[in-house]
Amino acid sequence: MPGKLKVKIVAGRHLPVMDRASDLTDAFVEVKFGNTTFKTDVYLKSLNPQWNSEWFKFEVDDEDLQDEPLQITVLDHDTYSANDAIGKVYIDIDPLLYSEAATVISGWFPIYDTIHGIRGEINVVVKVDLFNDLNRFRQSSCGVKFFCTTSIPKCYRAVIIHGFVEELVVNEDPEYQWIDRIRTPRASNEARQRLISLMSGELQRKIGLKVLEMRGNAVVGYLQCFDLEGESGLVVRAIGTACTLDKLSSPAAFLPACNSPSKEMKESPLVHPPSHGCRSTHNSPIHTATGSRLTQNFSVSVPTLIYTGMGSGSAGKEGGPFKALLRQQTQSALEQREFPFFTLTAFPPGFLVHVGGVVSARSVKLLDRIHNPDEPETRDAWWAEIRQEIKSHAKALGCHAVVGYSESTSICEEVCILSASGTAAVLNPRFLQDGTVEGCLEQRLEENLSTRCGFCHIPYDELNMPFPAHLTYCYNCRKQKVPDVLFTTIDLPTDATVIGKGCLIQARLCRLKKKAQAEANATAISNLLPFMEYEVHTQLMNKLKLKGMNALFGLRIQITVGENMLMGLASATGVYLAALPTPGGIQIAGKTPNDGSYEQHISHMQKKINDTIAKNKELYEINPPEISEEIIGSPIPEPRQRSRLLRSQSESSDEVTELDLSHGKKDAFVLEIDDTDAMEDVHSLLTDVPPPSGFYSCNTEIMPGINNWTSEIQMFTSVRVIRLSSLNLTNQALNKNFNDLCENLLKSLYFKLRSMIPCCLCHVNFTVSLPEDELIQVTVTAVAITFDKNQALQTTKTSVEKSLQRASTDNEELLQFPLELCSDSLPSHPFPPVKEHLESASSNSGIPAAQRDRCSSWIELIKLKAQTIRRGSIKTTVTVEKASPVGDGNFRNRSAPPCANSTVGVVKMTPLSFIPGAKITKYLGIINMFFIRETTSLREEGGVSGFLHAFIAEVFAMVRAHVAALGGNAVVSYIMKQCVFMENPNKNQAQCLINVSGDAVVFVRESDLEVVSSQQPTTNCQSSCTEGEVTT
Amino acid sequence: MTSELDIFVGNTTLIDEDVYRLWLDGYSVTDAVALRVRSGILEQTGATAAVLQSDTMDHYRTFHMLERLLHAPPKLLHQLIFQIPPSRQALLIERYYAFDEAFVWEVLGKKLSKGTKKDLDDISTKTGITLKSCRRQFDNFKRVFKVVEEMRGSLVDNIQQHFLLSDRLARDYAAIVFFANNRFETGKKKLQYLSFGDFAFCAELMIQNGTLGAVDSQMDDMDMDLDKEFLQDMKELKVLAADKDLLDLHKSLVCTALLGKLGVFSEMEANFKNLSRGLVNVAAKLTHNKDVRDLFVDLVEKFVEPCRSDHWPLSDVRFFLNQYSASVHSLDGFRHQALWDRYMGTLRGCLLRLYHD
Repeated sequence: MPGKLKVKIVAGRHLPVMDRASDLTDAFVEVKFGNTTFKTDVYLKSLNPQWNSEWFKFEVDDEDLQDEPLQITVLDHDTYSANDAIGKVYIDIDPLLYSEAATVISGWFPIYDTIHGIRGEINVVVKVDLFNDLNRFRQSSCGVKFFCTTSIPKCYRAVIIHGFVEELVVNEDPEYQWIDRIRTPRASNEARQRLISLMSGELQRKIGLKVLEMRGNAVVGYLQCFDLEGESGLVVRAIGTACTLDKLSSPAAFLPACNSPSKEMKESPLVHPPSHGCRSTHNSPIHTATGSRLTQNFSVSVPTLIYTGMGSGSAGKEGGPFKALLRQQTQSALEQREFPFFTLTAFPPGFLVHVGGVVSARSVKLLDRIHNPDEPETRDAWWAEIRQEIKSHAKALGCHAVVGYSESTSICEEVCILSASGTAAVLNPRFLQDGTVEGCLEQRLEENLSTRCGFCHIPYDELNMPFPAHLTYCYNCRKQKVPDVLFTTIDLPTDATVIGKGCLIQARLCRLKKKAQAEANATAISNLLPFMEYEVHTQLMNKLKLKGMNALFGLRIQITVGENMLMGLASATGVYLAALPTPGGIQIAGKTPNDGSYEQHISHMQKKINDTIAKNKELYEINPPEISEEIIGSPIPEPRQRSRLLRSQSESSDEVTELDLSHGKKDAFVLEIDDTDAMEDVHSLLTDVPPPSGFYSCNTEIMPGINNWTSEIQMFTSVRVIRLSSLNLTNQALNKNFNDLCENLLKSLYFKLRSMIPCCLCHVNFTVSLPEDELIQVTVTAVAITFDKNQALQTTKTSVEKSLQRASTDNEELLQFPLELCSDSLPSHPFPPVKEHLESASSNSGIPAAQRDRCSSWIELIKLKAQTIRRGSIKTTVTVEKASPVGDGNFRNRSAPPCANSTVGVVKMTPLSFIPGAKITKYLGIINMFFIRETTSLREEGGVSGFLHAFIAEVFAMVRAHVAALGGNAVVSYIMKQCVFMENPNKNQAQCLINVSGDAVVFVRESDLEVVSSQQPTTNCQSSCTEGEVTT
Repeated sequence: MTSELDIFVGNTTLIDEDVYRLWLDGYSVTDAVALRVRSGILEQTGATAAVLQSDTMDHYRTFHMLERLLHAPPKLLHQLIFQIPPSRQALLIERYYAFDEAFVWEVLGKKLSKGTKKDLDDISTKTGITLKSCRRQFDNFKRVFKVVEEMRGSLVDNIQQHFLLSDRLARDYAAIVFFANNRFETGKKKLQYLSFGDFAFCAELMIQNGTLGAVDSQMDDMDMDLDKEFLQDMKELKVLAADKDLLDLHKSLVCTALLGKLGVFSEMEANFKNLSRGLVNVAAKLTHNKDVRDLFVDLVEKFVEPCRSDHWPLSDVRFFLNQYSASVHSLDGFRHQALWDRYMGTLRGCLLRLYHD
């Protein structure tokens, strides 16, 4: 019996009046955990009762601690009739189960009722005593930390990134059980909330077990979703990336001399405790014995044709053999895994070697009742199938891994579309496995190679391309080949060189579909899917070109199924990558020749498009340096069309059709206007209005080209539902409606947030659902962040200069260049003596003696130094610009109290993994909450808008209260995963389900850390030294 | 395509001051949108009317949800649903409890009961303030009145504590509550020239000197009610008007002191007995509730109007009143010096404030 849970009920306030006669309430509290219940005394006649109860103690075993929520019910005592429930509070005690997170949960929680909403607050203190030793503790998965953040959390360092973990649990939905006919809506809602809470706990515990088996200690990029399959049940599923994280402790201490990952691991046995018995109910091949990995390092790989062709072509002198080696090494590490997937979207420097492109897979399934909740095999098999497909797509792109991986579903009646997507990539093996001493040499070579453009270089063989593509030599290093357009699902790597600013690009599409039943319906949907994919892709491509950009990051394509239509919504952030070629324009061609007026019309359109491109280039400050042909070298003679997207969709019948999204063998990008449809398309291209001046938007973590965020942030959720007129719906009308809906929504956001100008909407996340026949619901969550305009201009300028100069310098000069830039072009630089400082640092302590010995000649030492300096200087710029979420890792934990003084402490919420102008000092645990709200007096609550507005505000309040009770002052990586809204205005009823999650953190304002500014140079140089060490 | 649902919820509740003002002023969403369009906001921001409509609706909904909390401002501070920075909270409260001069004029000194509420319609028509806004202002008065009615301690402090108002606004509310409690007549035509500020000023003086809390800080309660004992005692002042010798003596003392110092000396001399009798009788009559209510009417009738018709400059009024109240100390036969000082102290201040065109 490993744990004692202690709960104390202190007081209540603002309780509702339960006794009309006295206008007061006789409140008492029931505290329930598992099957044990305690009660407080009744506090008579007060709306602000002071119970001050004893400590209620629950002696429970750790499995329950992980699965069960603490359930607190506030009731009104009634002598003659049954006690009336006022409301409930569910507290997830998981954050108390790992040592580094919160130690106590204490604070005011809103008392929530699914019918009445928040009704007062209750002050509760919760503690957990774990009197087991570490070993026993490890037998459950209690110690595993969970993070929603899709990058390595700020105050941690990734020792190893193990890979993909997934799990799902199924159950019957209480809403659809027979008993629901006789119980109250409240009872039914509460049963559902409780069940989902339980299932989430169970799921998390099971995932934790898998992580322990992989010898990890944390899950990063944890994404848990639930599928309401209606009659057929309830599925809660989760994916994540298992990691071994190391807490960055004291900021002053320099890391030990030889800091290779392998050493680290040997030195820290805690990270890899001896393997224990596995309690997971269903195994996957992931669980191969980890002990054998070391020996397998270089033995496995048999490179396929694609791989062998690779390195030799254009890699340059040392690149070829090295690359092959790297490939073997990485591949072997990954090949042991069933799915080499990573839910991360941002990576430690050097992790990402090459990016292939977006891979995605969809599958249409017919739901059937889940007969045995203990055997979730069917759903497991479905996902396994899809993942297999993704894996094979990645392989076809010459990649051995998929990053930025995510999964989603769309359900309508008994049809379900499962989707998965990610970015095929080649990874650096360093983080993936227990690195070896021999590996170090190659790694250093690798470091040399992986310049800022490295990730753009094609991972596949140019002679043996999986699809037609147009390749050129990289505009940055001019040694490797790059595609002309790059689509990815990840965030822009921090070291990528971008010209100008980025912008949000959306493709929107509707397709009508006949109402049908079962198989016919599924077939109809799967027949439509490829067309939708194609059109979405075309739209994205057109819009990207219209913006004068050449790469998409954070691409997310959502296909939603409804009764009589399919909706596709793709969002991404377009940027101009300096390494990729300048995008060509869009040519319009008419199909009907010899018609004067028509020709005129066409040329008019063409002019308009050209004007738009020019205007956009100006707007987003895209002015790439002119590069003469000789420098680049002649283009590779392969003038074929492009596509970075390789997808397929399959039906239940395993039949896989591959969709080639390239546009035939046309030289330029030509839009043919052959019918009114095409005309519409061109028009819709031009109707997208850019955000008003002072506004930028993107759906990635940070906006490329803006680096000087100020501290004001505003997270928001906006929901719109429109009713389509059911008369003569056509695809065009539907498209227009949908397009208008999204555009108007964006316009409204810009207007609402105008007081924050200049500002940027980051992490703009659109979700579409089709709750009913004629209803379209769009939910947007994003954060507006202010920035300093003046500085922004300056940095853009320098970045342009940078790229300009970089283009004309050769590789050797490149090494030293950024340093010069730092001291020269930024005269107002806060840390002018960086150069000296770094130099002294690297000669004194930066490069430890041990390493100096290893450098065989003084030339190498100089080279290494140069490199160190370069890194250091880059780092400095990055820190000054406050842009790098990864680079911040070295600001270690600082235990300063949150800076809230008002009566209710301010809790910030943001979908980003960081808080501008602040340092996250502690992660307190994951927040994962599920709420149902129902009303039978919709009109009285202000109609649907009033109802949902109040509910979302309440959800925010409950999230904030939980964070505050954990001792935190912010939620990062916040996401509203689900917002299911159903209404029945005729019955005056509505119901809504919301699922949110995020990481509770403690942050400290940078301005509060006066020390930091003086320490910054030190820290920077330290980071550079660290990296230097790793490379050797 | 119709919008069924359209909401925006920020982690920090967005408050648009302009829309808040429109909402407080009781405009419907449609009117508010029209007014905003007229303000030129569309041109400034490049937004469309639809965007403005949606934005206005959204703010109105938020304000509607906040209204419940604004009724008990400390709740707004402690609630968890809306995250609002303290400065914004203060602004919300202050603006919510602010009132229109024209409106307060209409209800000042009236009983804050339901009966009066029916008159809100008339007030609305008369003042041009929307009925909604009238209702809010009236309900605010009533709510504050109800809360502090039975409370001990300083009226202003109580109001400030329970409604978190600024000092100035709390003083105004104290005046309103004080007037409502004592039902001073303010609606007479004669009093039309006075502003709310004038009344509020007098109310403050009266609270300081004329209420129970004023005399004895030990038993400081009931700032709202006039000190009954004091009012009763003031009957004794009657002698100043009733006793002819005393009156003559008083007159000669004042005249001697003011000779050559007053521009309107002859008018003063001629009118002294009337004025003095008027002021003394006002004091002596205050035992009757009816006369308390008419206090301001009486003061204007008995003092302000006669002086004004003789074109006394304000400085002369001040000279006169100072001398008038000081001279009583030299009246040997008069024993109620302390009482007189308490009365005249308040009255002098009030009269000086009331004396203008």
